Amino acid sequence: MERMPPIKVVLRVIGRGWIFSLKVLTTSSFFLLVAILQPVIFATIAFFMFKAGGREGTLLYVALGSGMMGIWSATLFGSGGMIQWERYQGTLEVVMAAPVPFFLFILAATLANASIGIYSLSATLIWGRLLFEVPLAFEHPGWFLLAVPATVIALGLMGLLLASTFVLYRHANALSNLLEYPVWIVTGLLAPITLLPGWVEPIGWVLAPTWGIKAIRGAALGGIDPLTDIGFTLVLGAVYLVLGALALRHFERLARARATLALT
Amino acid sequence: MAVIEAHDLKRTYRTYTGFLHRRPLEVEAVRGISFEVGEGELFGLLGPNGAGKTTTIKMLITLLIPTAGSARVLGFDVVRDVQKVRERIGYVFGGDRGLYERLSGLDNLRYFAELYGVDGRAQRHRIDELLEMVNLKGREKERVEGYSRGMRQRLHIARGLIHDPGVVFLDEPTIGVDPVGARDLRNTISNLVAAGKTVLLTTHYMFEADALCDRIAVINNGRIIAEGTPQALKSRVADRTVIEIEVYGVGDETVARLRGVEGVASVAVEEREQAQLLVVHSAAGTAVTQRLLSQLDGVGVGRVTAREPTLEDAYVAMVEES
Repeated sequence: MERMPPIKVVLRVIGRGWIFSLKVLTTSSFFLLVAILQPVIFATIAFFMFKAGGREGTLLYVALGSGMMGIWSATLFGSGGMIQWERYQGTLEVVMAAPVPFFLFILAATLANASIGIYSLSATLIWGRLLFEVPLAFEHPGWFLLAVPATVIALGLMGLLLASTFVLYRHANALSNLLEYPVWIVTGLLAPITLLPGWVEPIGWVLAPTWGIKAIRGAALGGIDPLTDIGFTLVLGAVYLVLGALALRHFERLARARATLALT
Repeated sequence: MAVIEAHDLKRTYRTYTGFLHRRPLEVEAVRGISFEVGEGELFGLLGPNGAGKTTTIKMLITLLIPTAGSARVLGFDVVRDVQKVRERIGYVFGGDRGLYERLSGLDNLRYFAELYGVDGRAQRHRIDELLEMVNLKGREKERVEGYSRGMRQRLHIARGLIHDPGVVFLDEPTIGVDPVGARDLRNTISNLVAAGKTVLLTTHYMFEADALCDRIAVINNGRIIAEGTPQALKSRVADRTVIEIEVYGVGDETVARLRGVEGVASVAVEEREQAQLLVVHSAAGTAVTQRLLSQLDGVGVGRVTAREPTLEDAYVAMVEES
């Protein structure tokens, strides 16, 4: 049987894996509910809270924050649920036993999860425009178009790091339910981090959504240079990639030693 | 050179019992298994549920790391040379699981072709060839969740062969499949061997092992208790006659009395719908039928037959004696 050269295998597994994972995700009604309805609900609540609070600022600030909340939720539930679902339907072992590094499979799948998050952001902005007359005038449209994919990729890689633990621990996806709200809060998606106690801020520094939302807001609303924040977002993404690859390699071997790949 | 070699393979699972005071519990699933499979051979691992067949196969396909011992496939160590082993083997698990249910059979095959590095141009031809081989042509665009168990199993086989591996591991491939579907699957397995592939098959269906395997290892409680050709294993009980007696409402005491009858080697009771079937092994040429019937006073007796021992009889005798 004719085999492809390794580099072509890597690119095809990521590309085809991304498409395949999107297909798998769109057949899950729970995931679609999280990805499609949740951002719109978040945005509606956030807009009403913002108006009721009588705070100064723009509605676009709120729209971008709630859109990012949707990206984070899609990444978190996608990554956590994905490994557990693979294990439940018996495909985790089948995929793991393929010669292609398992890391590439997870990378493609987590990027697919994060890509669905782009919908969350778009849906939130369109919803805000139609119902709440949110002005969609961006200060730096070019930076905005760079900041969004950079953030989505970094969040996807954060999902990869999380997913690596789900390979080893059968019930680790319960963690995903716990991580949703705290990350919204400590990364400043809901409200400015300056409103929180000082010790919270350093936690946000190591989380990509902190820099991602700063970059996206900077590009959309102006006032700060978004380039530095885009840089931090991408650097953190690269760190997650390396840590995720190392963790996955280690956890894969441990899972084979401890027999946690299958449910039975 | 042997294609598959296992040397004193052992695997222990660690679980925990208790809620507040969790105590570790070790279960020895495989307790030192050694065997070799030659090129182009169809080797069967035969044993009851929980004997250690699946654990053995999972160690050989690199999904489990052995607790002790070593194994090589095509000369590559299953712990050190993981990727080299994975590239060269195919495996098929029995049962419903292991497929992307909500996607089509074609999507499943395409995806695994990518994971096994099958060249894009060769994929379409290979997938068509496999769909023909497993008789799924025309159904490949349907979602797997609508497939029957037999169709799923055939898709599993196509998936396992997507990269045309030289060595194929089949773990109870006909389990739960209807008789016609199982016969088709057995034909497919025979064709694999005819095509020169080396096959390791696990099963607990005796007739399947008898019909397909060149050699068989009988495994029980994590140990190999017998190994040889189906004929050689059958010859272990060639000096016996098997008497089957259909009875209604036989009790434990009566069965114990039957075991004590002179010339009786073993008595097994198989539950049938409303009756029970006593399977009695006795030394060939010994007239025990009348002596057995005389012990069945007060028990309804149906048909009584005597026959030559089969591989199943040999297997049951070996498992009971081990």
